[in-house]
Amino acid sequence: MAKYKIVHYLNQFFAGIGGEEMADYKPELREGVVGPGGALAAALGPDYEIVATVICGDNYFGENLDEATDTIIEMVKKYEPDVFVAGPAFNAGRYGVACGTICKAVEERLGIPVLTAEYEENPGTDMFKKDVIIVKTGNSSADMKNAIPTMAKLIKKMATGEEILGPAVEGYHERGIRVNYFAEKRGSERGLEMLIKKMKGEPFETDLPMPKFDRVAPADPIKDIKHATIAVVTSGGVVPQGNPDHIESSNATKFGEYSIAGKDSMSPDEFTTIHGGYDRQFVMANPNLVVPLDVLRELEKAGEFGKLYDSFFTTTGTGTATGSAAKFGDAIGKKLKEDGVDGVILVST
Amino acid sequence: MKLELGKIKINDIKFADKTEVKDHVLYVNKEEVEKLVLEDDKLIGCHLEIAHPGESTRITPVKDVIEPRVKVSGGEIFPGVIGKVTPPVGTGRTHALDGMTVVTVGRIVGFQEGVIDMSGVAADYCPFSKTVNLCVVIEPAEGLETHVYEKAGRMAGLKVAAYLGETARNLEPDTLETYETKPIFEQAAEYPDLPKVGYIHMLQSQGLLHDTYYYGVDAKNFVPTFMYPTEIMDGAIVSGNCVAPCDKVTTYHHFHNPVIEDCYKHHGKDINFMGVILTNENVFLADKERHSDMVAKLAEYMGLDGVLITEEGYGNPDTDLMMNCKKVEQKGIKVVLITDEFPGKDGKSQSLADTCDEATALASCGQGNMTLQFPAMDKVIGTQDYIESQIGGWAGCVNPDGSFEAEIQIIIASTIANGFNKLAARGY
Amino acid sequence: MVKGIEKYGLPVVHMATVVPISLTIGANRIIPGVGIPYPLGDPTQGEVDSKKIRMRMVKRALKALQTPVDGQTVFEKDDF
Repeated sequence: MAKYKIVHYLNQFFAGIGGEEMADYKPELREGVVGPGGALAAALGPDYEIVATVICGDNYFGENLDEATDTIIEMVKKYEPDVFVAGPAFNAGRYGVACGTICKAVEERLGIPVLTAEYEENPGTDMFKKDVIIVKTGNSSADMKNAIPTMAKLIKKMATGEEILGPAVEGYHERGIRVNYFAEKRGSERGLEMLIKKMKGEPFETDLPMPKFDRVAPADPIKDIKHATIAVVTSGGVVPQGNPDHIESSNATKFGEYSIAGKDSMSPDEFTTIHGGYDRQFVMANPNLVVPLDVLRELEKAGEFGKLYDSFFTTTGTGTATGSAAKFGDAIGKKLKEDGVDGVILVST
Repeated sequence: MKLELGKIKINDIKFADKTEVKDHVLYVNKEEVEKLVLEDDKLIGCHLEIAHPGESTRITPVKDVIEPRVKVSGGEIFPGVIGKVTPPVGTGRTHALDGMTVVTVGRIVGFQEGVIDMSGVAADYCPFSKTVNLCVVIEPAEGLETHVYEKAGRMAGLKVAAYLGETARNLEPDTLETYETKPIFEQAAEYPDLPKVGYIHMLQSQGLLHDTYYYGVDAKNFVPTFMYPTEIMDGAIVSGNCVAPCDKVTTYHHFHNPVIEDCYKHHGKDINFMGVILTNENVFLADKERHSDMVAKLAEYMGLDGVLITEEGYGNPDTDLMMNCKKVEQKGIKVVLITDEFPGKDGKSQSLADTCDEATALASCGQGNMTLQFPAMDKVIGTQDYIESQIGGWAGCVNPDGSFEAEIQIIIASTIANGFNKLAARGY
Repeated sequence: MVKGIEKYGLPVVHMATVVPISLTIGANRIIPGVGIPYPLGDPTQGEVDSKKIRMRMVKRALKALQTPVDGQTVFEKDDF
């Protein structure tokens, strides 16, 4: 009997069921190898067995995302595979997104290592390369012969727990994950060598290509300020004395929500700051410098705006991962939207 | 300006009746050192401990790390802070006790003091796991205001280092290194065919626990200026900061600035090292704008072809780094940045708080958010009481046996953003 | 955080000292803060004046929230 079990995911086309006309095909489970699974099984050798293949139409998956995912997870689960593999999807867009989606879900929910393979311009690559290892392929199934051995090598490493090396070595799309290593030379020497090349006009390779930050379109302005509810959010680390929720001084993993209902000002006896990135003495003496409750309450009473939201949201901005900040923003935005807030003042130190 | 730097190798530290160096061992009179520290009435307690590489010892919370040095040709070490500013600094002869440090340890001022492990996994990330360390453990007077306590701790370390440096005054050094930078026109003329390279050295200057001193001047109060590289080797710059521990440029690191050392190594071979532009990282946008303009102006004025820029800290100083990069590149001068990264524990977030299109060349000093399991140690110099609130720790990260999990940013100088270490990060 | 909230269609005014970071991360309505250790006010000028500065800035923030913008906009003055 083989030592390691694999479950494979294919779309209707690669499973030989049909083309576009069969894209509504519902998830189906077949024992053993289907389609490209044959070549993969051959490349993996006798220690590995593709015990089952899940087939799903691309449109069905895309239009019934949650249901299809749940169904497929159940199908995969009972086999307790060592590795879950999807594709390769090459440049098939819906198939690529489905491979990425199902791989991510299997890894998150079942804790099984996952692998897929796609062309770099497949939208699934950009959407999932951070979450899933995606082997690089050409843009059509003509590249199957190259994709299969690369996939087989990685599947073996995943099954045996062998270290997976960098993207250039292993042939997968760079995931944008920053990993430490000990270089041969120290940073100053590497920097100087880079500078010498740059001054000569010779090619050089930066350690960190500049990231591109995404953008959100500006929200529409508040139309009726007299009846608008305004909320305050801050990254300045202002928290109740004693920091009851243990928000970190740097690289925060959580945010806090604290009531300001009935208060006219941020009292230094009640609030402090735990931000690790600036001299805290001023804000500790007067937290209104970050959460401007004193003036907001006066403006509210004067009718300059409708109502101040009853609590403020807070975290530490310094060294806080953009991924965490995005999650905080999403959670805060969701709550404020539900609670009928119309505009937000976000104060950063 | 020419400096001879003589190094006396120290293999061990021992307590004795007389403070002296014999056969590469530093003997320290405990009482004299403790008395020296307690001259400051802000400090009510002081004791010394020795930590050796390989021991099951943890030192925390660490404030600064300093190498003992002495001026043997006239002049004084740490000018403007401990010593006098004249006669000139960065010229003549200086002796250093090599392979050992003075480490100041004590109750935290903020969250920023860090950890040195003398063995175990964390030792791979810390330069001071490989030196013999004389730890000066201080106890502040009750109710001391934080700025006052920070200063008392800073001065205690510098005083002890200067006192120990005296032992090297009449010793014959094991090695003698010579560093020279000439006045600007002479220097430019010396190697006319080599590209003229400068170093833009950004000093942390954000306020309490984020300050640096240049000849005793608080770095947030100066405008960018020019410096001979050798001045730094006589202690023209001392650290008053703890930023995040991983990023701290200790006073030891100012003595051993890696960019300056490596530029001298290449000087006359493939570059003409012209000197250092010092600047700061202030908390007001107007300062950032003004000082990056001035940095670019100085770089142009010096006729530089290329510069290396290092930063200290992360977050808003990334903006200073990018402004300097952009404005210097716009003068037609090639720029390489040296810095570290903070992409979150999973390594998936953005590494820097700010970016610019001109930052095409960057040498990474590693990412500070990766976590390590710190083993329990047989001996703790200082106290582990604050680990959970120190930067890199979190609530509940410490286990009852004294082991803990934390990000490597809790380790002193682990990802120091001047390129001192071999640690780097790459994309996976 | 700014973008995470604004995604829900709520206008956000980012009051931040380091405007370049605010621009880099993609805030759309930005008001420069006074300084990192005291973004809204200036305690070195005394509490009374510090609060006046804060009042002016918060009024400007309310106005910015009522102002349509096409893209990233820094509101440096009170008149706009």
